[in-house]
Amino acid sequence: MTMIGWLQIILYCVIVVALTKPLGWYMTRVFNGERTLLSPVLRPIEAGIYWISGVDERREQHWLTYTVAMLLFHVGGFLIIYGVMRLQAVLPFNPAGQSAVAEDLSFNTAISFITNTNWQNYGGESTISYLVQMLGLTHQNFLSAATGIALAVALIRGFSRASMRTVGNFWVDVTRTTLYVLLPICVVYTLFLVWQGIPQTLGDYVEATTLEGAKQTIAVGPVASQVAIKMLGTNGGGFFNANAAHPFENPTALSNFVQMLSIFTLGAALTNVFGRMVGNQRQGFAILAVMGVLFVAGVAVTYWAEASGTSTLQALGLTGGNMEGKEVRFGIVASSLFAVITTAASCGAVNAMHDSFTALGGMIPLINMQLGEIIIGGVGAGLYGMLLFVVLAIFVAGLMVGRTPEYVGKKIEAREVKMAMLAILVLPLMYLGWTAVGVVYPAAVASMANAGPHGFTEVLYAFTSATGNNGSAFAGLTGNTLFYNLTLASAMFVGRFFMIVPAMAIVGSLAAKKSIPPSAGTFPTTGGLFVGLVVGVILIIGGLTFFPALALGPIVEHLAMNAAQVF
Amino acid sequence: MLREIRPAIVLLLVLTAITGIAYPLAMTAIAGAIFPAQAQGSLIEKDGKVVGSALIGQEFKDDKYFHGRLSATLAPDPNDSTKTVSAPYNAANSGGSNLGPTSKALADRLKEDVDELKAENPNAAVPVDLVTTSASGLDPDISPEAAQFQVPRVAKARNMPEDAVKQLVASNVQGRFLGLLGEPHVNVLALNLALDRAAAK
Repeated sequence: MTMIGWLQIILYCVIVVALTKPLGWYMTRVFNGERTLLSPVLRPIEAGIYWISGVDERREQHWLTYTVAMLLFHVGGFLIIYGVMRLQAVLPFNPAGQSAVAEDLSFNTAISFITNTNWQNYGGESTISYLVQMLGLTHQNFLSAATGIALAVALIRGFSRASMRTVGNFWVDVTRTTLYVLLPICVVYTLFLVWQGIPQTLGDYVEATTLEGAKQTIAVGPVASQVAIKMLGTNGGGFFNANAAHPFENPTALSNFVQMLSIFTLGAALTNVFGRMVGNQRQGFAILAVMGVLFVAGVAVTYWAEASGTSTLQALGLTGGNMEGKEVRFGIVASSLFAVITTAASCGAVNAMHDSFTALGGMIPLINMQLGEIIIGGVGAGLYGMLLFVVLAIFVAGLMVGRTPEYVGKKIEAREVKMAMLAILVLPLMYLGWTAVGVVYPAAVASMANAGPHGFTEVLYAFTSATGNNGSAFAGLTGNTLFYNLTLASAMFVGRFFMIVPAMAIVGSLAAKKSIPPSAGTFPTTGGLFVGLVVGVILIIGGLTFFPALALGPIVEHLAMNAAQVF
Repeated sequence: MLREIRPAIVLLLVLTAITGIAYPLAMTAIAGAIFPAQAQGSLIEKDGKVVGSALIGQEFKDDKYFHGRLSATLAPDPNDSTKTVSAPYNAANSGGSNLGPTSKALADRLKEDVDELKAENPNAAVPVDLVTTSASGLDPDISPEAAQFQVPRVAKARNMPEDAVKQLVASNVQGRFLGLLGEPHVNVLALNLALDRAAAK
């Protein structure tokens, strides 16, 4: 670890925090339907969209209607992706002549993109056409992100409203998020990325003759426009197989830094939106503080582990850290930081190969996902995941003092706690359950690339990433098999919708409740005690569910590595 | 609920047209006009022929060139399309080795390569980036130490004074952005092109 490494990490944290308030201010105005700087340009487009699709923007929806609208929207999104992948061979924008994608891979990819997972069983430049990249993947990067934000806003309204039957209008929330938040940022961001060196072309793959006379086919494409939303929307599905490690997806240290910022900005700003909408910004800062504590701890461990290297490297006298599967322009610190960020949020883009990380360095990304990606989290998904833990923490605090727990003026009662527990328990059921199958079913075992405990971790990481809608991988695992295409799709589906529906049920029940003014007996939820309590609940619930699995994977591998054992 | 069906279809199609077609095509047109070189892939031409991209690494095996990092990229086996074969710096199929920290295959490979490099230049410590594979398999860069390490071999193969080659390396080192972000690095293709130019003089 070096001083300049830590300075990069500190600079990153400072900028994320500094962007939270202004962006939160802007987004709050957008979600409340107020005028913004961009309204003169975008308002006519927005009104036109409502008119043509028959949406009455003043009519709000009951939580169930809101949820059904969201689900219908996903069914359509699924059909579009599945359709263009199956038909890509006969559709335009296919200069590399890619043939139709197989049924199971198309199914997996379609589920993957509508759930904001963006797991890469597809090979990017080697499997899919430009049309699929744009119409299938880029568009769903926008819409699954907009959906996540819309749901988080609905949840915030659940807390901020009193005695109301409705929670907002899903169509309006999705349209506003797309038009006023995601698109304008992406337009500027795409140009920045192209300036840094990311291609944006519909031309053929380039045939080059290298200095030594060999032929090199260089894959290009409309990359920058997809990378912008892939990061901003915490989607993470790469244009190329190697994702953000590919020099065409992430050419410079500056592009890397900005990409890391764009993973966190919207999610962090949503904590501020929460504070503003419930009438006390400090409520939002307290949530951000919980996230910050967990984040910095994770960065420190991964950075230390990667900078220390492995016993194999040390035995050969190789210093400079674990550079296997990392790029020189990023080095140890930017690779470690990126890995923690991408798994803290549900992004899943990678700028280094997590499979080649040291045992402990790779364990932190795993833990981040197993905690439910509540450290900033996916755009929207992180906030509602975190608020589920807040509900539990408040419940535990209420039990300690024997009072009905309250949070931002709402009584937290049996229904909310049951729904929160349902959402939190369904995740380990998926990733632990499928991992158990994956390590005994012969066809699945054959997919492991590494032997010993590392092979187990590959399987655990895959199902954790799918359930958490992350999309990063220990990529040695051969995921494009019938078994993994189907089981991972089921994990992604359950991980997304069995979290959303209980969360929306909480929204409905909270919005209907009366708001109670704080009294002397109210547990203050803006101070250090509250932050500590939430962190504690997260770590205890998390620790109890997945510690045994970690002991079988990264922990035993770390011990083996220190004993210079190889597999 | 039934009145949600129409927006589910129409709104989805409208937003798909905006984000999936209009946005990428408009960005392609604008980016192509403002940054034409980058938008095409930062291609480098020599004598009218494309020799590569400034951002994409390529394989160098000849002693007279600086070598890049190891690349674990694959290509379909020409004899059996269900299998893959090693194809370093395949820029149409990026990827890493994905070998873990306790992998025997990785330990064996490291040992073999370290021994080879030690024989080549016994006077310097072997730089870690010269014996590890990059994440993309297309890393265009090596560390300044890795470039300096190869100076004796390159100078000998080209019959150039070591100092001249050393200077060429030094002038090709790109530092951290604003002195802070990223790591110092040397673009291998740019360095080798500069080397060819220097040798031609």
